[in-house]
Amino acid sequence: MSGAVQHSTASSVSRFAIPSVATFSPSRRKWLGRLPYRNFGRYLSPLLMILCWQAACSTGLLSTRLVASPVQILGTGWTLVQDGTLSTNMGVSLLRAFAGLSLALVAGISLALISGLSRLGENIVDAPLQIFRTLPVLALVPLFILWFGIGETPKILLVALGSTFPIYLNLHKGIRSIDPKLLEMTRTLRLSRSQTIRDVILPGALPDLLVGVRFAVGISWLMLVVAEQVNADSGIGHMMMDAQDFLRTDIIFVGLAIYGLLGLISDQCVRVLEHRALVWRPLHIQRTGNIG
Amino acid sequence: MNYISPLATVATDLQPAVSVRGLSRRFGNGSPVLDKLNLDIAQGEFVALLGRSGSGKSTLLRALSGLDPVREGQISCPQESAVVFQESRLLPWKKVWQNVMLGKTGATRSDARKVLEEVGLGHRTDAWPLTLSGGEAQRAALARALIREPKFLMLDEPFAALDALTRLNMQDLVSSLWQRHKSAVLLVTHDVDEALLLADRAVVLEEGRIRAELPISLPHPRRHYDPAFVQLRSTLLKHLGVDE
Repeated sequence: MSGAVQHSTASSVSRFAIPSVATFSPSRRKWLGRLPYRNFGRYLSPLLMILCWQAACSTGLLSTRLVASPVQILGTGWTLVQDGTLSTNMGVSLLRAFAGLSLALVAGISLALISGLSRLGENIVDAPLQIFRTLPVLALVPLFILWFGIGETPKILLVALGSTFPIYLNLHKGIRSIDPKLLEMTRTLRLSRSQTIRDVILPGALPDLLVGVRFAVGISWLMLVVAEQVNADSGIGHMMMDAQDFLRTDIIFVGLAIYGLLGLISDQCVRVLEHRALVWRPLHIQRTGNIG
Repeated sequence: MNYISPLATVATDLQPAVSVRGLSRRFGNGSPVLDKLNLDIAQGEFVALLGRSGSGKSTLLRALSGLDPVREGQISCPQESAVVFQESRLLPWKKVWQNVMLGKTGATRSDARKVLEEVGLGHRTDAWPLTLSGGEAQRAALARALIREPKFLMLDEPFAALDALTRLNMQDLVSSLWQRHKSAVLLVTHDVDEALLLADRAVVLEEGRIRAELPISLPHPRRHYDPAFVQLRSTLLKHLGVDE
């Protein structure tokens, strides 16, 4: 973790120090351009906050029993990495998130295609989904425990259920808001229905789908936190609940940091995907200077 | 038909490329937008369709292009037809050459490039549509129509959204393309000069009927300052209800 931070600082500083981007090889420049820390100034204020936090802990202003200091947290994090606790629990959490998200992708995309591509499908699928959408999914936890026990199933299903909705809603909206003029054009070109879906509707709805996926990734972590804290014998959430019993705020903070980092990294992955898939958008063309 | 143009007289012996008989269309219970309209377009003939907004121009074009169903009357139209709209309607997620080839089975990138070169857009073959200027986008739309080798080409105010200089260039381009390919063309336009520069015949539509037909037998290339051009211009404007 500390390695990653150092690396990121180093590369943004070097990018800052050398004004001419021409000194980078094109592939390296592309790689850097995709990363979020092009604007180093943005990271000054969070850095300052951490420094103040550390100062408050060191001077005894904050009790380290209630709030562990950043240095303590880093140290604990390192210990947890070394004895394998962190990697085991993180592996379990990642697997749950991944499984739940995959289910949500399959369900959300299929349902959105059904209701987006046919009126009949919309009549059947859309209304129930809009009803379920308004339910706070977390309120289903007790039911899920009753139905599925306390194994992996309720946790994965909870993640899946929560993240299906943003995928469904955004893709459905994307399909429905395709420019009717483009659809008219495909009719004058005598494109078949399947060609129209493949070449016009799906690529046209892709930006919305990816927005949905980004929401879904965020929600999946949220779901996981709750699922792992209510009933679990492994995972980051479990690790944190365990630490609560022993007043180990440092471990709790490590867990928080891991959740945060996982959220950040997964969001970044979707962004990279967005960037790859939507190269045709003017925003992208502007950013990379790729005109034509 | 009372037009006399050298081209048209040859063409009248043949089957017309497009024939519209008794076409009516109304929306709801209002007055008809098209009222028992008859129109023939000979093979290789360039017809300009003029009229005020709401005269039924777009409705006629939509019926001809198959976008609207024909309920009253008959239309016969070649299978190989293509439309260029006022907006280019390129798919932003496909490169220019892929847009040109859209729905054209068996065509390759080099076919697309050839047509793009013909419309002066060869250097933008691999560009994303959203990086094109308005004129370039319309050229790409023209290329997408041309690659289908249409026997009937419909142009729905294709230059209306372009700046004046670009429009002149595009009119030249269409004129030279038409002289090379000789497909039947129906150009819907508001622009009297445009009609006179390009067409063999101007048809003025009013309240869903043809109010006037004007043969334009000037030789190409045509010049705005040509006295015959000026004469035709004022005649046409009169038909459109504008007195100079």
